[in-house]
Amino acid sequence: MTTTVAPTAAATPSTGKRPRAAKLVRMLPLSPAIGLMLVFLAGPIIYCVYAAFTNMALTGTGAANVKFVGLENFRKAFSSSAFTNSIWLTLVFTLISAIIGQNTLGLGLSLLMRRSTKVVRNFVGTAVIGAWVLPEVVAAYLLSAFFNDDGTLNVMLHAVGLPGQDWLYGAPIIAVSLANIWRGTAFSMLVYSAALSEIPKEIEESAEMDGAGGWRRLAFVTLPMITRAIMTNLMLITLQTLSVFGLIYAMTRGGPGTKSQTLPLYMYEQAFSFSQIGYGTAIALVMLAIGAVFSLIYLRGLNSEAA
Amino acid sequence: MVKRKRFQAAAALGAALLLAVSACSQGSTTKQPEAGSSQSSGPAHIKIAYQQWGPGVVMKNFLTGVKSEYEAAHPGSQVEIVPVVASENDYYTKIQLMMRSPNTAPDIVYEDTFLINSDITAGYLRPLDDYIKNWDQWSQFEDTAKGAARGQDGKTYGIPDGTDTRALWYNKQIFQKAGLPADWHPKTWDDVLSAARTIKQKVPGVIPFNMYSGKPMGEASAMQGFEMLLYGTKDTLYNYDQKKWVVGSQGFKDSLNFVKTVFSEGLAPSPKDALSPNMGSKVGTELLPQQKLAIDLDGSWIYGNWLKSGAKPWPQWSTVLGQTAMPTQDGGGKGKVSLSGGWTWAIPAKSKNPDAAWDFIKTLQTQKNAAKYATDGAQIAVRKDVAADAAYKSSSASTQFFTDLVSVTVYRPALPEYPKVSNEIITAMESVMTGQSSPDDAAKNYDQAVEGIVGGKDKTTTQSTGQ
Repeated sequence: MTTTVAPTAAATPSTGKRPRAAKLVRMLPLSPAIGLMLVFLAGPIIYCVYAAFTNMALTGTGAANVKFVGLENFRKAFSSSAFTNSIWLTLVFTLISAIIGQNTLGLGLSLLMRRSTKVVRNFVGTAVIGAWVLPEVVAAYLLSAFFNDDGTLNVMLHAVGLPGQDWLYGAPIIAVSLANIWRGTAFSMLVYSAALSEIPKEIEESAEMDGAGGWRRLAFVTLPMITRAIMTNLMLITLQTLSVFGLIYAMTRGGPGTKSQTLPLYMYEQAFSFSQIGYGTAIALVMLAIGAVFSLIYLRGLNSEAA
Repeated sequence: MVKRKRFQAAAALGAALLLAVSACSQGSTTKQPEAGSSQSSGPAHIKIAYQQWGPGVVMKNFLTGVKSEYEAAHPGSQVEIVPVVASENDYYTKIQLMMRSPNTAPDIVYEDTFLINSDITAGYLRPLDDYIKNWDQWSQFEDTAKGAARGQDGKTYGIPDGTDTRALWYNKQIFQKAGLPADWHPKTWDDVLSAARTIKQKVPGVIPFNMYSGKPMGEASAMQGFEMLLYGTKDTLYNYDQKKWVVGSQGFKDSLNFVKTVFSEGLAPSPKDALSPNMGSKVGTELLPQQKLAIDLDGSWIYGNWLKSGAKPWPQWSTVLGQTAMPTQDGGGKGKVSLSGGWTWAIPAKSKNPDAAWDFIKTLQTQKNAAKYATDGAQIAVRKDVAADAAYKSSSASTQFFTDLVSVTVYRPALPEYPKVSNEIITAMESVMTGQSSPDDAAKNYDQAVEGIVGGKDKTTTQSTGQ
C-alpha cells in the first residue's frame, strides 16, 4: 500500500513542471510548421508593415535607396481624392454586394429551399453553387458578356420594353456588385442552410400551434435562433468582399475613370502600374484596418448574443 | 471565432503582402558591377527581353535574324529571345520585376527612353562607357539620340536603335467626301476641331478624330496625346532654367479642355472604346485601314502595320493617307509641334553575361542591321549612315515628312520623376474624358500630385520659360 502511495506523493510537487515539459516535447513535431508559418506568413506581414513606412518603389530613387518616410504614405493617401473615392466605392461595393445582396439572397434561398421538393432543391442548389465553383476570371468573363452593351441583360430588358444601359460603362460599380452577388450567394446559402437544419422542428411547430404566421415565425423564432450564423456569415463575406480583386479587374479594370476602383484595385494600380510599392502597402494596411473594424463590430454582435 | 478572425485578417494581409514582397528583394542594387572587366566572352547563353506589341512580329523577325547571325559567328553561344507580351505600363512593371533579381534578369533589355533615367536611378542598368570606348560605330549616332540614353551621372546606359516623331495622319478620301481639301494644313487647334466637326456632320459612321487618352494606353496617352497639345501652348512640363516642374499653367488646362471638347462633342471614339487597352493596335490594324477614322494623332511608325511584313498589309495606304504637322494652339511659336522618344538596348546590372550581351548589341547595331530595322520597324534612323542611305530615305512615302519634323521636335523631360508625372497626366486625362472631373479640377489634382512626387512646393514653379 505504502509503496503505491509514496510515489504519488513524491510526484505531487512537480505536477506544475513535468506536464509543461511534456507538452513542449509533444509540440516538437509542430516546430517545422511553426517555423514555416513564421517565415512565410509573419515574415511578409512584418515586411509589409515596414514597407508601408518607406518610399520603396519598382523604379527611380525608391528602388535603389529605400528610405524610411514615417507616416508620409498615409498622409498622402488621406489627402488624395482618388484614395477617398476608392474607400467610398469599397464601402458601397461591400454594402450592396455582401451585406445586402449575398446575405439576404442566401438567407431567402435557404429558407425557400427548406420548404421545396427535393428536385427543386437539387436544381437550385446546383445552379447557385455552380456560380461559386467557377474560377473567378471565367465568371468575370461570363458576366462581362452578360452586362455588355449588347449583352444578355440588355436583350432581356429590351424584350420586356425596358430601356437598357451600358452597365459596365454607365454603372460599373452596380454591375460589379451584381456580379459579386451572383458569384458569392452560394456561400451564404450554405451557411444558412446548415444553421436552419439545426433548428428543432418542434419549436417551429409549437409556434405555429400558438398561431404565429409565416412572417412572425421568421422574425421571432427562426431568425433569433440563427443569429450566430448570421453574424458569422456577415463577417466572412464582408472580409471576402473587401478584398475582391480579380472579378472587378477582369470586368472593368476599375474604370471607366475611377468609377469602380475599389481599394484593392487602387492598391494594385499604385504598387504595380505606377511602381510605388511603399504607398501600395500602406493602402493594404488601411484595407486591413477597415476589415478589422468590421470584424470587431460583428464580434460584438456575436458576444452580446452569447451573453 | 476570434481565431477565425485572426486567421482571416492574417490571410488577407499575407496575400496582399506576398505580392509586394515578391517584388522587393532589395539586395545590392546600388552597387554597379564593373563593365568590361573580363575580356574574353566565350560561348554564353544570352537572354534578350523586348515588348511584343499586339500582333506585330517585326521585332521578333528582326531579332530572330540577328540571333542566327550571332550564333553563327559565336559557335556554342545561345540567344534566347523573350517576348514580353504586355500593354504599355505592364511591360515596364514586368521588366522591372525581372531586373530586380539575378535569377530572372535578362542580359539585354529593350528600354523606352522615357523610363531609362528612372531605371538608372533604380540601379537596374549597367553603364556601357567602357564598352563604347572601344567601339568605332558610336560616332555614327546622332547627338540627341546619345543624350536620350545618358544618365544624370553622365554615363551612357543604352544604345538607341531608332527614334520617332508624331503628327496628324488624315484620310484624303474621307476629306474629299466632307468637302475638305485633300492637301490639308491646319494652322491652329481650332482648324483641327472644325475639320473634325465637318466630318462628323458630313460623313456619318466615321470617327472624325483620334488621340490616345487615359490610363489603358499609358505613355502613348501622355506623350502622343497630351504633350502634343501642351507643347503647342506657351507652357511646358518642366522649367530647365529653374530646374523645377511646372504647375498651375494655363496651357495644361487648355490641353485638358481640348481633350474634353473632342470627347464630349463626339469628335473622338466613345470614351469606352478609347479606354480599351488595345486601342493602339485597333487604330493601326482596323480603324485606319478600314477607313473608319478620318484624322489620327499618331506616330511616324504606324505605317509599319501596313507593310507586307506588318500586322495588316495595306499597300494603298500611301495614296489614301496624308500627313500634316500638329499645329500649335493658336499658330504661334514654330507653328507646329512634335514629340520624340525612342527605344534603346540596355544591359541590366544583374546580367550574368554582360560581355556577351555587349557583343550581341554590337551585332544588332551594325549599319546593315540598323538599316534593316529602321526600314522594317518604321523607325526614324538615329545613325547618320542609315539616315543618309538612299534605300532608307525612300523606304516609305512618309519617311521624309517625319524625318523633317525632327527640326521642331521636343523630348520629354528625361528625369527620374518623369514616369510618375506621366501617370498623373493620364489620370487627369481619363477623369476629363469620362466627365468625372472638369479640366480645372483635374489640373488642380495634377498640381497637387506633382508637388508630392517632386517633393514640395519649392520644387515647382508656375513659369514655363526655359523650354
